[in-house]
Amino acid sequence: MVSFGQFLEVLISGLLAGVLYSLVALGFVLIYKASGVFNFAQGAMVLLAGLALVRSLDAMVAFGFPPWAAVGLGLLFAAVIMAITAWLIERFVLGPLVNQDGLTLFMSTIGVTFILEGGSQMLFGSDVYPLRLFPTDAWFFGESRFPGGILVNKLDVWGGMIAAVLVAALAIFFQHTKTGRALRAVADDHAAAQSVGIPISWIWFIVWLAAGLVALVAATVWGTKLGVQFSITFLALKALPVLIIGGFTSVPGAILGGLIIGAGEKLAEAYLGPSIGGGIEYWFAYVLALAVLLIKPQGLFGERIIERI
Amino acid sequence: MRAPGGAEVAADDILLSVESVSLSFGGVKAVSDVSFDIRKGEIRAIIGPNGAGKTSMLNIINGFYHPQQGRITFKGKTRSKMHPYEAADGGIARTFQNVALFKGMSALDNIMVGRTLKMNRGFLWQMLRVGPALAEEVEHRHRVEEIIDFLKIQSIRKMQVARLPYGLQKRVELGRALAMEPDLLLLDEPMAGMNMEEKEDMSRFILDVNNHYGTTIALIEHDMGVVMDLSDRVIVLDHGIKIADGTPDEVRQNQAVIDAYLGIAH
Repeated sequence: MVSFGQFLEVLISGLLAGVLYSLVALGFVLIYKASGVFNFAQGAMVLLAGLALVRSLDAMVAFGFPPWAAVGLGLLFAAVIMAITAWLIERFVLGPLVNQDGLTLFMSTIGVTFILEGGSQMLFGSDVYPLRLFPTDAWFFGESRFPGGILVNKLDVWGGMIAAVLVAALAIFFQHTKTGRALRAVADDHAAAQSVGIPISWIWFIVWLAAGLVALVAATVWGTKLGVQFSITFLALKALPVLIIGGFTSVPGAILGGLIIGAGEKLAEAYLGPSIGGGIEYWFAYVLALAVLLIKPQGLFGERIIERI
Repeated sequence: MRAPGGAEVAADDILLSVESVSLSFGGVKAVSDVSFDIRKGEIRAIIGPNGAGKTSMLNIINGFYHPQQGRITFKGKTRSKMHPYEAADGGIARTFQNVALFKGMSALDNIMVGRTLKMNRGFLWQMLRVGPALAEEVEHRHRVEEIIDFLKIQSIRKMQVARLPYGLQKRVELGRALAMEPDLLLLDEPMAGMNMEEKEDMSRFILDVNNHYGTTIALIEHDMGVVMDLSDRVIVLDHGIKIADGTPDEVRQNQAVIDAYLGIAH
């Protein structure tokens, strides 16, 4: 029998791991919400942001910068790289494809993925680069109530806090700024948005920049967890069920989807694992997503599309 | 070049003039060699049978289409090509034939989007909701509430527009255009698909906008009764060619117009 303390430990570590998936899923939601494009390149953008950060950081530390300055400048450098990437994508890929079918735009982001993956490794190298921005040691609490206390990874706690701040900032940005309103407007109707004087190419640049910065935030956490390396691009695959469960257009949905998957897969591993064999973590998310697709195809929090006929 | 004295006064009165504009898509001529002007403060109707090029004409004026030939003078500035952003910035607002609202947003937010070009504070300030940015947001919200009162849509302001009946959607769309405080308002079939009562409401709003705010209006409409009641002057297009231009009475008696509408034996 598993004790309540163990249950709590599994649940908390699952929820926190889920938040980290949400960090990656957020980038997808941003672009989909504002331009209706499913951005296959989000994983590659995390890789690019991570490589730009870790390589510039290492170079500056080697040059003799104090660590705080190196981190600050490294983040700035990576942000500039993401801004340039956003501009190039808007200018040379999406700009010429305005008013094309969603599938066409999706295909073009597959092309962008290969260019980003190849380009970032060509520029910054293709080894595994360790990143140490956050503490990674374990932390125990509640020893008085549960025997041995509850173990939580500090990095996961950092990830959770960063995600919370990021989501709050994005929610305010979308709801209360004219740029946020303009983003939602462009997503709903190009022509109408243009008619009130919203410049579409500028808006698309802003969206891709925001997605790039979210990728950078995800890269700081995941880079610390796994080291910055090519396999970080596979995070995009883990974000997919998060999106399906939460809905492609909902920022809170991306967070809740992440929490459900994180907690679900860890609990399934702990409770079902012994009886049906281990490795549940690797497929549980996809089965859950499949179930959601059957019951509520737009996701738990996605917008229902109402068409007047 | 200076025009003679008399013509200069008249030129001051003209808000927009279109000179021999032609537009074609591939081999299809949508508009050919059309000229007309719109005077400050008037309600100008553009009528014609289906496919006459009316919507194309509006799309040219607000920069969606770029005519292959001809010139357009708006507020004294002449150009052959303009982007929708410049048109909006210059004071041209419009509504669409098939309502083009931002479906996921509330009526209030839809109208707020119309204020985009009037808001100047950076988004970081807007996110923090402090000082001048907050004052600006409040001021714009105030203007939007005035428009909502004017259009009598207080009760639906927080509702998602996709759920609204068609007549109200049209009204929200008009509100969004009004939020831009335009000098020239283009209305593409503002009463299409409406019942008698809704048409009367909409007619009153159009007249009020014209009287209250002094907004110049160009509208496309199929309901002849409405057109004759509302408009000061009427342009009639048929197959992309202007066949008549004048007061409603003149146009009504014009033989070419009667032929275009009723058809003639060839």
